[in-house]
Amino acid sequence: MSNIIEVKSLVKKYDSLTAVEGISFEVKEGEIFGLLGPNGAGKTTTLEIMETLRDKTSGEVTICGLSLDKSPNEIKNIIGVQLQAAGYYPNLTLVELLNLFAGLYNVDVNTMEMLDLVDLKEKAKAKYKELSGGQKQRFSIATTLINSPKVIFLDEPTTGLDPQARRNLWDLVNNIQSKGTTVMLTTHYMDEAEFLCHRVGIIDKGKIITIDTPNNLIDHLIKKGFKRPKQVKEATLEDVFLDLTGKELRDE
Amino acid sequence: MERKYNQIRAMLSISKASLKSITRNPSAVVFNLLFPLIFIIVFGFIGGGGFSVDLAVEEKSDMENPVIQSLQNIKTIKLKTGIPDEELKTKLEKGQIDGVIGITKGFVDNKISYNVNLKTSSASMDRGSVIKMILNDIVDKINLSKINIDVPLARLNEQIVEGRKYKTIDFILPGQLGFSLLSAGIFGTAFVFINLRQTFVLKRFFATPIKRMYIILGESFARLIFSIFSAVIIIGIGNFVFGFTLVHGFVTFLNMILLSIIALIVFLGFGFLVSGIAKNEHAVPPIANLITLPQFLLSGTFFPISNFPSWLQPVAKVLPLTYLNEAMRKIAFEGTSLFGVGNDILILLGWGVVIYLLAAKTFKWE
Repeated sequence: MSNIIEVKSLVKKYDSLTAVEGISFEVKEGEIFGLLGPNGAGKTTTLEIMETLRDKTSGEVTICGLSLDKSPNEIKNIIGVQLQAAGYYPNLTLVELLNLFAGLYNVDVNTMEMLDLVDLKEKAKAKYKELSGGQKQRFSIATTLINSPKVIFLDEPTTGLDPQARRNLWDLVNNIQSKGTTVMLTTHYMDEAEFLCHRVGIIDKGKIITIDTPNNLIDHLIKKGFKRPKQVKEATLEDVFLDLTGKELRDE
Repeated sequence: MERKYNQIRAMLSISKASLKSITRNPSAVVFNLLFPLIFIIVFGFIGGGGFSVDLAVEEKSDMENPVIQSLQNIKTIKLKTGIPDEELKTKLEKGQIDGVIGITKGFVDNKISYNVNLKTSSASMDRGSVIKMILNDIVDKINLSKINIDVPLARLNEQIVEGRKYKTIDFILPGQLGFSLLSAGIFGTAFVFINLRQTFVLKRFFATPIKRMYIILGESFARLIFSIFSAVIIIGIGNFVFGFTLVHGFVTFLNMILLSIIALIVFLGFGFLVSGIAKNEHAVPPIANLITLPQFLLSGTFFPISNFPSWLQPVAKVLPLTYLNEAMRKIAFEGTSLFGVGNDILILLGWGVVIYLLAAKTFKWE
C-alpha cells in the first residue's frame, strides 16, 4: 500500500508554547489511522494543519502527492473534514445544508442518498438544531463525504456520545473505509482505536511516541512483562450496559 | 480537477442558505419589516387630517343666525357644541379648544342685531387668531350684504396654484426606509458574522475550497436581497395603503431601490466593523446602538433637521443616514434622479470608503 499522507517534521509554535514539536508519520491508502493522545497533546492542531485550517511553523505535509504549501485549495477539494466543534446554520434542514455544501464543493449530490448513508433519511426535513448529539456527528460526517474525498479527517468523532451512538458511528466509519476512503481520526478512547484503527500513532506533548498496529503495540507491552493488576473478565461493564439497554440507537 | 472550481457557484449557495436562515429568524423580520411598518402605519393614520381649529359654542348661545350658519360651512372650523359652560374656560386655558363663541340676539331700533362674543386664549394664540380672522370675514360679509353695494370699491381675487400635497407619510416613509436599511446593515451583519464565527460555521466553510472573500460576499448578498425585499414591501404598503407620493411612479420607485442598494452596501461596512470590534454577541447591541441611535434621532428620521437647534445641526450634517434620508426624500417627492442627488450619494460613499477601511483592519475570521 502506498502512502496517501506524508507528514515530515511538522512544527507548530504559538507565542509561548510549542503545540507540535516536529512530528512525522505516514498514512497508507485505504487504512484507518488513529492519532491517539491525551487532551492538549497536539492532535487537533496536527489535524487542522493537515486540513489547511491552520498555518504551520515548519515541516512538510503531502496529501495525495499535493503539497500543502503549494496547493492548499486542491487539497481541500479531495479531503473531507469533520471538525471537533463545527456548526451549521441552525435553522436550515439537513437537505438544505447538504445542498449548501454541494454548492461549496461544486458537486451535484443526491441528498437523500447521502442522508441514507448516515442513517438520517427520516430526518431530512429536520433542522440541524433539532438533532441529537449522535445525529449531529453523523450529519457532520455526511458533509465530509459530499465531494467523494480520498481522505476524511474525523476529530474526536465519538466524544460525548452514548455507547449505542458510539458503536453506530464505528459501523459508519468502517463502512466508509470499506468503500475505499482513507480515514484519519483522533480519539482518546483506546477501545475505539483498538476496534477501528489499522494503525495508530500515540502523541503526547507535541511529539509522536510510537506508531504501529494496535495488536503489535499490545504484544510489545506484554513482551516487556506487563501484567494487568486485575484479572480480566470475559466481559466489561460496557458489555453489560449494552446487553441490558440494547444496541439500538436512542437518539431518534 | 477536470472542472475549474467556480467561486460564484459556491458563493450563491451560501447566499441561498443564508437567506433561508434570515427569513426563519424572527428578529430579522421584526427589525427589518415590522418596526418600520409600525411607524409608517402610526404616522400614516396621524397625518392627512389637514389644518383645523376647534371652536366651542356656549350652551346659551343663539344658534339660529347667519354667523353660525356660515361657520358650519367652513371646513377649517370644527364647531363643538354641548360642552358645559364651566368646562369651557379650563379647556380653553389648557389649549384643548382654540376659542369659545357666544352669540346673543339683540334689537337696535327694532332691527335685529347679533352680538358675537369670542374668547380666545394665549394657550393657542395662532389658532385663536385664525378664528378671529375668519369671524371678522364672516361678520363683514353679512354686514356688506345688508348695504346693497352695486360696485364694490375693492375686490379680492384669490388664485390658488394647485400644489403637490406633502403628506406626513411622504416625510416619514423615506426616514423609516433609511433607518430600516441602517439597522439591517449593522445589526444583521454584526450578529450573523459573530454567530458564524462562534458556532464554527465559518471554520467549516474554510475547509471547503471557497475563498474567504466569497463567503463574505455570499452572506452580504443574502442580506442585500432581504433588505431590498423589505424596502419593496415598505414602499409598496406606503404607496398603496397610505398614498405615499412616488412622483414619477415606477421610475421613482426604481430610483429609491437603487439608492437603497447603495446605502445598504455602505451600512454593511458598519456591520462588519461592529462584528470585528465586538468580542462576542453580547457586545454587539451596545456598540451597534451607539452607531444607530444617534442617527435614528438626528438624521431627520422623524423631524426635519432644520428643526434642530443650530448647535446640533453640524452633528446631524455629519451622519451618513442624514444624506440617505435627504436623497430619498428628494427622489421620492421632488422626482430628482440619482444624478440629481449625486452629492448626497458621494458623501454616503465617502463614509463607505472610511468604514470599509476600518472594517478591513478590525475584521476577525476566528
